[in-house]
Amino acid sequence: MAKTIAEINEKIKKGKAVVVTAEEINDIVREKGEKKAASEIDVVTTGTFGPMCSSSAYLNLGHSKPRIKIGGGRAYLNDVPVYTGIAAVDVYIGATAMPDDDPRNAVFPGAFRYGGGHVIEELVAGKDIRFSATSYGTDCYPKKSIETYINIKNINEAVLFNPRNSYQNYNVAVNLSDRIIYTYMGTLQPNLGNANYCSAGQLSPLLNDPYYRTIGIGTRIFLGGGVGYVAWNGTQHNPCVSRTKNGVPRVPAGTIAVIGNLKQMNPSLLRGTTLTGYGATLSVGIGIPIPILTEEILRFTTVKDEDIFTQVVDYSDAYPQGKPDTLGEVNYAQLRSGKITVQGKEIKTASLSSYVKAREIAETLKNWIKKGDFLLSEHVADLPSIESEITFKPMPSKSVKKV
Amino acid sequence: MYAKVVHLRFPREIVNEPIVMNLVKRFDLSCNILKATIYPRKEGMVVMELSGNRKNYHSGLKYLRNLGIKVDSISQDIKRNEEECFHCGACTAVCPTGALYIERPEMTVAFDKDKCSACELCVIACPAKAMEVNFDKGLLD
Ligand code: SF4
Ligand code: SF4
Repeated sequence: MAKTIAEINEKIKKGKAVVVTAEEINDIVREKGEKKAASEIDVVTTGTFGPMCSSSAYLNLGHSKPRIKIGGGRAYLNDVPVYTGIAAVDVYIGATAMPDDDPRNAVFPGAFRYGGGHVIEELVAGKDIRFSATSYGTDCYPKKSIETYINIKNINEAVLFNPRNSYQNYNVAVNLSDRIIYTYMGTLQPNLGNANYCSAGQLSPLLNDPYYRTIGIGTRIFLGGGVGYVAWNGTQHNPCVSRTKNGVPRVPAGTIAVIGNLKQMNPSLLRGTTLTGYGATLSVGIGIPIPILTEEILRFTTVKDEDIFTQVVDYSDAYPQGKPDTLGEVNYAQLRSGKITVQGKEIKTASLSSYVKAREIAETLKNWIKKGDFLLSEHVADLPSIESEITFKPMPSKSVKKV
Repeated sequence: MYAKVVHLRFPREIVNEPIVMNLVKRFDLSCNILKATIYPRKEGMVVMELSGNRKNYHSGLKYLRNLGIKVDSISQDIKRNEEECFHCGACTAVCPTGALYIERPEMTVAFDKDKCSACELCVIACPAKAMEVNFDKGLLD
């Protein structure tokens, strides 16, 4: 029997909804069978926490006296440059931005101790952030420079807006070369010294709804410890990839763009992150509730680590050179066991995303829904799925005329 | 990036040698002087943090020793900042001694200090900057 989101919300309001996590659902289905579980369970919660570079925030700082037009000028938050190419006192900060004078990789491997992601974390933590800006001055905005402290509590808006989060599956990174390499997948020891992966597997939101039947534009989600929404598909959303029988992509596929009020988020779930030799970024915690509307939707949420396969990719050559080669396929049960075999060699695995935090997020969201603090939303438009004919385009390579 | 705190003792003849400038210029190292003293008999003592590329660090030390400076590295101690650690596990891939390991099925990351050799590989690999190096601060008093 099919349920509707409105019916589930009625149960949530009465405190009667049956909510379990994407880990717990597996035992329940094993015990009760799919049919019974689908009628009894209302919501399955998912979670993920890991570095997500396409993360950012925009702020409205309010107007100084006299006014300054920061738009079109230059501005910094704790020395990290922010984008000013919008209105007078709106600024946009990206997770990977670095202070102008940071040596980056000039002293290799760069430490990348403090970047945009760290500013976002400190902002959410309620710390004062040093703001400096210079501009050109106009008749209506005469001031040309400013230095002050801002605090999330007293700026007009602070909105987290992440153009690409929560990748549906991701590569496993290894290093075939004979030197250590520093990548966005972490430090990789030479000669297949270790294999790094980055997905919550069976707890990961888009792996529990592989065709995006319930997750769509307008879906209310857990974002950075607060409430947010799916705003759009994420950049590089690529649904038309090879999938296993259960619909799960074998390579990186779908992504979501998410948005939410930064003022109600939590710094322990929006963490400034350092990838030595690569850059600074933000680790983001996301949880998505999946309403069990049909038996099929339930079946998708029963996906287990051993059913989710991904590709092992060499980050010393194949990845940087954009070659499609992979070194084979492994599943998340193998990855989480601590070792996998690649080219006949047994190698240690490690994760960049936190399974512990992913589980915490799925638990927290479950409790919010159970207590009636979080209602589900009906999405207003679908994310492009396997019928979309989306193809993944490389950057065009054209020679540029020198003038 | 490689960084270590070293303790240097200078014979009186070379107290005037511009060693910091040379370390910076010739070996591309950064020097963060934590303590410096010249004793009454004119020999000098400096505690500083040297950082840069690993090869340059070793060439820099060689340069110092060739000048007759006595160089000791300060015993270091690795600590995990429990507030900062978000239990990803990235450090377990590089830890050569098994001091950092995953507890299954919880997937929490444990740190067994007794097994730690203070190699500092985890300090570089940790995305949360949770693995910290502490050196013997006694020397700075
Ligand atoms: S890499 Fe850092 S954050 Fe991750 S488990 Fe190790 S100490 Fe904790
Ligand atoms: S310093 Fe070396 S031995 Fe100690 S925990 Fe870190 S990686 Fe392991």
